[in-house]
Amino acid sequence: MTRKTIRYTEKVKHVIQYFGLLTVLLVVWQVLSMLGFIQPIIMPPPTQVAVVFWELLKSGVMIRHIGISVLRVLEGFGIAVILGLLLGMAIGLSKTLARMTDLIIQVIKPIPPIAWIPLAILWFGIGEQSKVFIIFLGAFFPVIVNTIDGIRQTDQKLVEVARMLEVSRSRFIFQVVIPGAFPAIMTGLRVGLMVAWMCVVAAELIAASSGVGYLIMDARQLSQSDVVLVGMITIGIIGKLMDSLIYRIEKRAIKWKTAFTGV
Amino acid sequence: MKNDKPRETKLLIENLSKSYLVQSEEVRALQAINLSIADGEFVAIVGSSGCGKSTLLKIIAGLENGYTGTLLLGKERIAGPGLDRGMVFQEHRLLPWLTVENNISFGLKDRHSKASAKTVSEHLDLVGLSGFAQAYPYQLSGGMAQRVSIARALVNQPQLLLLDEPFGSLDALTKIQMQQEVLRIQEVEKTTMILVTHDIDEAIFLGDRVVVMSSRPGTIRKIIPVELARPRDRSSYEFAQIRRAVYQEFFVEAENPFAYQI
Repeated sequence: MTRKTIRYTEKVKHVIQYFGLLTVLLVVWQVLSMLGFIQPIIMPPPTQVAVVFWELLKSGVMIRHIGISVLRVLEGFGIAVILGLLLGMAIGLSKTLARMTDLIIQVIKPIPPIAWIPLAILWFGIGEQSKVFIIFLGAFFPVIVNTIDGIRQTDQKLVEVARMLEVSRSRFIFQVVIPGAFPAIMTGLRVGLMVAWMCVVAAELIAASSGVGYLIMDARQLSQSDVVLVGMITIGIIGKLMDSLIYRIEKRAIKWKTAFTGV
Repeated sequence: MKNDKPRETKLLIENLSKSYLVQSEEVRALQAINLSIADGEFVAIVGSSGCGKSTLLKIIAGLENGYTGTLLLGKERIAGPGLDRGMVFQEHRLLPWLTVENNISFGLKDRHSKASAKTVSEHLDLVGLSGFAQAYPYQLSGGMAQRVSIARALVNQPQLLLLDEPFGSLDALTKIQMQQEVLRIQEVEKTTMILVTHDIDEAIFLGDRVVVMSSRPGTIRKIIPVELARPRDRSSYEFAQIRRAVYQEFFVEAENPFAYQI
């Protein structure tokens, strides 16, 4: 074999490894449904889900739901990122601020965003704001906690170098602390985004009339399990796409670091 | 050439002591250190691990506090780190997210000026890495990374270069090469240098004087002058004699390492 064909077969192998397991699962699910082992009302076969998905897409209903959910996630996540990064950096750099805020963060962090729904409705009503607020709460803590941790893990050895060279405080922050914390910050963003998507469904429990979460809850009441699955899979796919996007940005920004990818 | 005229004192250490508190017990790291280092001199400090030689270097660097005694750099008392001293650590300690060029200019006040660019390229030349300005630290070998770190330490023209076991993690061949590099750099830059090492040969090869330290508490046991012309031949008789003198400070009662060479 030539080197080119070896590289090609190598690539095909990787594609098969990447999609193989999922394909097998779908096939097994389909076959079991066709053989009558799985009731369509409990778990409709993949083909039926695909047909419903296509119909919802074609009618434009799906796009509207996706659009509104993506918008909510982006709003909530965006606010969480801005506040989380700014506060996280301030807390990470200041011992006093860390002492002042530690207890509050530790106590509020474990409260699930769903538990905030009653208060969110009281404070923001049943409009967009309360939904964005719930998503913000979910995404905020992973972002701020990882930012603080990243800054705290600044290499003491590099701090000594900076002291020896008498670098200014701003150069110290922007060239030693923040780049060092960058991988942790990116992890925070990725976890935050994931939680934001988890919170969409919870947020759209609040008197919503649109969004993927609403689609799922509405279909639940009508026992349309195929639509429920369409909604679930949609959230999964969009979540994965957004995560890949952040991962790409991270890879591009951290070209100085070679990550372990498994043996 | 070395002893033509009495040179000015660059660094004066008087009665320096330092102790740590370990579980509310006082441990003496350094006791009554007195040392005077002349301008342009190369002093090598040898000692076994834990003798306080690195602590001594960190105090000179200004990275350690809580000691007694006086340290004078020229006529100034040392109080904290400063650009008049450069330091090379055992690990290269380069910022992994900066290129070689930006690592070297990291310590420059005005890093984007033309003068800075010139200084950086001069120092790249000095350490023989002109072609690697845009490389990242992960792309460098251990020896190359350590060269960058030497360039970074020299870029502000320090009066004193402190070398804390800088070649300890390099392989034997690279190590010898780097020792020659340092001598060459000192010849060009005329910087006063203090090297801390546990490698006796390295100390004799590089130092104008070898300061032998003993442990617990860390004190100066003996100062051995090395009056050999450079470049020094590690296998010469004179070198071996000095090596023997240093060995005897460490292994007083042990066998003479050369007695069995027949």
